[in-house]
Amino acid sequence: MSFLADYIYYIGAFGLILIGLYIILVKHNLIKVIVGLGILDTGVNLFLISVGYIAKGTAPIFSRPGIDSEHMVDPVPQALVLTAIVIGVAVLALALSLAIRLYQHYGTLNLRKIREQRW
Amino acid sequence: MRRAISIFLLIIVTVGISLSLAKIPFGVPKTKVGRHYINEGVKETGAANIVTSVVVNYRGFDTLGEVTVLFIAAIGLGAVLSTVSQKTARKVESASLVLYTGCRLLFPLILIFGTYIFIHGHLTPGGGFQGGAIIASGFLLIYLGCRERRINRVVSNLVESLGGLIFVVIGLLGLVFGGYFLLNFLPKGTANTLFSAGIIPIIYVAIGFKVGSELASIIDNLIEES
Repeated sequence: MSFLADYIYYIGAFGLILIGLYIILVKHNLIKVIVGLGILDTGVNLFLISVGYIAKGTAPIFSRPGIDSEHMVDPVPQALVLTAIVIGVAVLALALSLAIRLYQHYGTLNLRKIREQRW
Repeated sequence: MRRAISIFLLIIVTVGISLSLAKIPFGVPKTKVGRHYINEGVKETGAANIVTSVVVNYRGFDTLGEVTVLFIAAIGLGAVLSTVSQKTARKVESASLVLYTGCRLLFPLILIFGTYIFIHGHLTPGGGFQGGAIIASGFLLIYLGCRERRINRVVSNLVESLGGLIFVVIGLLGLVFGGYFLLNFLPKGTANTLFSAGIIPIIYVAIGFKVGSELASIIDNLIEES
């Protein structure tokens, strides 16, 4: 049981990543594929944050003098994820705009029915 | 068939990942550079929030690249959606009085809160990206409540360009004064006060305006299209 307690965040993060990958590979509706992309993005962010976690960790902010810096979590993954979230939103919006144009051109969002998108 | 292939692929990925993942222990310090940032960050940059000092000072060049990615995504969205041939005038059904009044009441408060978040980015959790996202959520609320209102595209483009320009100009000033790009050339002051940490608050205010206007123009483009 200690394995589960130790690795629960990793398991959760990779569960999200695998769910996102499954949706991207299997679903035919373009909107659902984009939602899968968003879920995958969330899983990657959660994984990066949980790699940087330190047991009994606190936020790396010296908000008052004399604060204990021994248990502060790693600030580097947090800084990376901070920008990755905003970038993820912008990329999601770009993907949705491409979906809008695709729908206007073909009249459908089903990737099976669009000849150039089939695999 | 496709589903079976996909599941097979995912099983391979799962086995490979979990074998390598079992070697990464959870909850112990891993990087020496993170420990260095925590121990020396306040002395070297003057910012109480170590995450902010990593984002803007130690890895400022990286952040400039990320801001550029955001800019390109917004430009691409505008380019993809602007090639529409006929813009039919959409029939707008006005919101109810409660929604309308509530949105107009909340909008300035949300703007003030976003501004507070990005001005205090070097002291409290928050910063330019988060503050910009909060400001854009205020504009989204206006689009939901006061439906015939639109943001001024010229002003939003101007604010966006000015934000990016300030970031680059401050970096170049560091090159002029000290010899390398994005040098923290201003006095650092005492930590935990508003006017401290040199160039970090200035850059974060620029990023806040830039992200806010970019996300607001993305929302405007998407609503224009629907």
